[in-house]
Amino acid sequence: MPSKVTALPVRRTFGETMRTDAWWLQPVVVFVVFTSFVIYSTWAAFQGNNYYSGNLLSPFYSPLIWGDPEAHSFTGTLEPGWWPSFLPVFSPAFVILWAPVSFRLTCYYYRGAYYKAYWPGPSSCSVGTPREAYMGERNFPLILQNAHRYTLPFALLLLVFLSHDAWKALWFQTESGSEKLGLSLGTIVLTANVVLLSGYTFGCHSLRHLIGGGIDKLAGRPVQRAAYECVSWCNGRHMIWAWCSLIWVSFTDIYVRLCAMGIWADWRIL
Amino acid sequence: MKTTTFKVWQGNSDGGELKTYEVEVDQGYVVLDAIHRIQAEQANDLAVRWNCKAGKCGSCSAEVNGSPKLMCMTRIDELPADKPITVEPMRTFPVVKDLVTDVSWNYEVKASIKRFSPKTADHEDGSWDMDQYDVERPQEFRKCIECFLCQDVCHVLRDHQLHDRFAGPRHYVYVANMEMNPIDTGDRVAELREELGIGYCNITKCCTKVCPEGITITDNAIIPLKERVVDQSYDPLARLIKLVKGSGD
Amino acid sequence: MTQHQVLEYDVVVIGAGGAGLRAAIEAAAKGASVGLICKSLLGKAHTVMAEGGVAAALANVDDRDSWKVHFADTMRGGHYLNAWRMAELHAQEAPERVRELEGWGAIMDRTPDGLINQRNFGGHAYPRLAHVGDRTGLEMIRTLQDHGIHEGIDVHMEVTVSKLLMDGGRCAGALAYDRERGRFKAFKAKAVVMATGGIGRAFLVTSNSWEYTGDGHALAYHVGAELVDMEFVQFHPTGMVWPPSVRGILVTEGVRGEGGILKNSEGRRFMFEDIPPLYKESTADTPEEGWRYVVGDREARRPPELLTRDHVARKIVKEVQEGRGSPHGGAFLDIAWIKEHIKDSEDHIKKKLPSMYHQFKELAGIDITKEPMEVGPTTHYAMGGIRVDPDSQMSTTVPGLFAAGECAAGLHGANRLGGNSLSDLLVFGKRAGEYAAEFAAGNTPVHLQDEQIDLAVQEALSPLERDPGADVGPYRLQYELQHLMQDKAGIAREEGGLTEALNELQELKTRAQAMGAGGSREYNPGWHTTLDLQSLLTVAEAVVMASQARKESRGAHSRLDYLDKDPEWGTVNLVLKKGHDGEMELRREVIPEIPEELQKIIEEQG
Repeated sequence: MPSKVTALPVRRTFGETMRTDAWWLQPVVVFVVFTSFVIYSTWAAFQGNNYYSGNLLSPFYSPLIWGDPEAHSFTGTLEPGWWPSFLPVFSPAFVILWAPVSFRLTCYYYRGAYYKAYWPGPSSCSVGTPREAYMGERNFPLILQNAHRYTLPFALLLLVFLSHDAWKALWFQTESGSEKLGLSLGTIVLTANVVLLSGYTFGCHSLRHLIGGGIDKLAGRPVQRAAYECVSWCNGRHMIWAWCSLIWVSFTDIYVRLCAMGIWADWRIL
Repeated sequence: MKTTTFKVWQGNSDGGELKTYEVEVDQGYVVLDAIHRIQAEQANDLAVRWNCKAGKCGSCSAEVNGSPKLMCMTRIDELPADKPITVEPMRTFPVVKDLVTDVSWNYEVKASIKRFSPKTADHEDGSWDMDQYDVERPQEFRKCIECFLCQDVCHVLRDHQLHDRFAGPRHYVYVANMEMNPIDTGDRVAELREELGIGYCNITKCCTKVCPEGITITDNAIIPLKERVVDQSYDPLARLIKLVKGSGD
Repeated sequence: MTQHQVLEYDVVVIGAGGAGLRAAIEAAAKGASVGLICKSLLGKAHTVMAEGGVAAALANVDDRDSWKVHFADTMRGGHYLNAWRMAELHAQEAPERVRELEGWGAIMDRTPDGLINQRNFGGHAYPRLAHVGDRTGLEMIRTLQDHGIHEGIDVHMEVTVSKLLMDGGRCAGALAYDRERGRFKAFKAKAVVMATGGIGRAFLVTSNSWEYTGDGHALAYHVGAELVDMEFVQFHPTGMVWPPSVRGILVTEGVRGEGGILKNSEGRRFMFEDIPPLYKESTADTPEEGWRYVVGDREARRPPELLTRDHVARKIVKEVQEGRGSPHGGAFLDIAWIKEHIKDSEDHIKKKLPSMYHQFKELAGIDITKEPMEVGPTTHYAMGGIRVDPDSQMSTTVPGLFAAGECAAGLHGANRLGGNSLSDLLVFGKRAGEYAAEFAAGNTPVHLQDEQIDLAVQEALSPLERDPGADVGPYRLQYELQHLMQDKAGIAREEGGLTEALNELQELKTRAQAMGAGGSREYNPGWHTTLDLQSLLTVAEAVVMASQARKESRGAHSRLDYLDKDPEWGTVNLVLKKGHDGEMELRREVIPEIPEELQKIIEEQG
């Protein structure tokens, strides 16, 4: 049991440090990028339109359970019958986005990054914090971060749907009504989106634990060991995957949205 | 040889201040060389702790230009040349004198952690079979030289001073080395959650950044341990599976 | 009467490196109450600097190995001046001592079968060094530390012993001061184990840290213990030479064990020249054969870089003297060349020698996976030390005083094999602890005498009372001593220089006794250095006296005026003892005859 230590140096005030480098830069960048993403994705989710164009479907709206029948929504209806009428709008994104949002909010990487940028406790290493009291992740609500692994199956499931979307983006309607294999910039955008999201999701710390990290002997279990190696590889670059996939998923929505709005025509390569 | 300005914190538990010294700096000098030069030529009683001077013992921990560093591994030619170099003692521990701090708390915490307990030996001569692949995980943690820079930089100790509730990155690395040792039978997961306070860690990764041994403290030690705590305390499904299967590995 | 705290134990261990920790653990396990005194923080001792491995004939990699081969290798490496009984015990007990570490949490590198892996090292016939990359010493000290803290041992950190206390003819404890406040502590103990390590700080270029001022040697000497083999100071052939601030820092022999080769400025692999007759048969003829040995070909013989340290060090010095050295006065040690044989050699090197990679990258800006290192000899290890009974490790002349590890002598003779010090400290650390506990249990309590303590306290405090400005200050004086020893009692010695050294030492002694230290008693390194100087001067004198007496070159002792081994000296140890007049006395002592069965082993092993 650790014991109390007395006669410690006086704690430094918020932002106080002897560091001479630009320590504030990283939290500022995180703050700006993350805030921009939240604003844009909220706006896009509330739109409820322009989420598909031809064979392209925005990742914010996939899987399309309720939505435009023209976009082949599963139910073929615009909104669920149980949707409370007192809520002004329904967007197909509402029934989907809680999954990636909860996955990312409880992600071990993002936690560290957004605590620094928003909570500033601390904003950077060896820089003073604004408040003395501190609970960590031991109490409500942050104790809920421990449920990260329960958000993982949904994140993995989304990858299946998004892969399916990328597959569909390979097929183009011909004039005769049949489908023909092809390739457009949109196909590449959607495929890159799946790759980046997979890199991020498969590098999940909880997945790493569940797939092999939780046991101490992997020798003699070649399959599990290989899986653990793969996940560990992605995990070592979790931060890169996290930011690339975050930015790209927004870009994918923007791309589809621009096509749907007729501002941009998807560029057909093959 | 050129002259560099150093500002070295000098004082004791009653207080102190940065004192300025002009030091002749040779090629390849590290901060510890400059401190020794000050000690030999200008302030004989300047207190500094050091031993191996090769980054292997972890004695000469201090804060150079505000960042936790081993003085023996911080080259002067890699610091900004236009500004004075500040050298201060670690802030997370009580000052003894000048650059020396009282790090005894770390030794107390370690002694309180459940010790290593091996399973019965695999061979009659008292040896165990372990696969190189499996030992590499705990071996990473055994590189720790106990410089306590990770403890120094961690805001839970540094700013919130929760020494009585939080064991700090060094001790999570220590626990991880035993928990992941293939022949250990001890279980320290409940201890991690309660007495050792792993839940206070909010993953700033500062410990990983300052580790002179390059141990990936957060991703390879703390988070896997947090996941083991989740297994035992926050995941009803995992507990159920364990109940049905019996305790596996 | 002075103020001091009295602490009472059955056994007090002075020094908390590998030997001290191992002794403390054993004494505690035998039921003794144990106090462990360390000059620094726990776990920082020089043992952490040991890189290559711990020698033990586990025969995990080559089943031809056995304690007998290890014994014969150790004797040959020591030029047969070793205490043969210690060499025998060491070779027999090392495997068990190494295996037991894994039960305390150590994790050595593995063979493909999952056993403890072993690597090649200079002078060892087969791959024998259990290791963890190149940080084996750290692994050992951390293991002993983490085990020791649960064994009920009282650890006194940053406490320095300034005098051993005596009760009649028996050792009764030690007087020490703490660094933090300069408070005095009198340790009262029925048995004292000395495990203070080496004397490297007596020299200018050394791999040793500030602590290694020969305290144990000097403290024991002053209460009547005998010192033996003091002329044998090992100069490790490969220390860093550039930049100046890192000069002397060790480059592990493991680099050569993994295939590293030595070259001069002409690019020639000079180690293939002048191979000593004793090793002619077991050394490779061609670089190609040498490489096969490195990768485990049992038919191949070892490359000449893996000859004993004394020989390699002398060869490097010779190249430098003859103008074929590297730009900063060393030789080139090249591990990057193995890319000719290994596909992903860069990763391989980083994995096998991680801290060497790191050390050169950070301190010298050199990438050892691509470029050669510059290396030269550095003072590394004292073969000589307190003369002890081989079985119990008790001093031959002071009852109740035990010694283990580097500060004890006997095992290594004229030259120590790499890897034998880590096994030494385990085997004899354990023995010292065991016999110290037994001695404590079997003997009456001791009594401390206040006058003795008062005198020692006054002596320790006297530098603070003297004028600090009168001389050059303690650091500069230490520097002068190091310079003197390096120049005149270093890797190549001769009569004239040694005589001068003896005279100059007398002068330094007088100056050191008048040396004042400024500042207070609180964490004052200037004051501590003044006190350490006293020990350094004692051991320096011992080294010089013994070096002057031994008129031959053997092992680590090289005389420019007596270039060869002299068979007459081959059976003689030099023993030093404090005379009645307080002066150092030297005598020759013939080594007891080796039992027939051991002699047979030596002959069988060639």
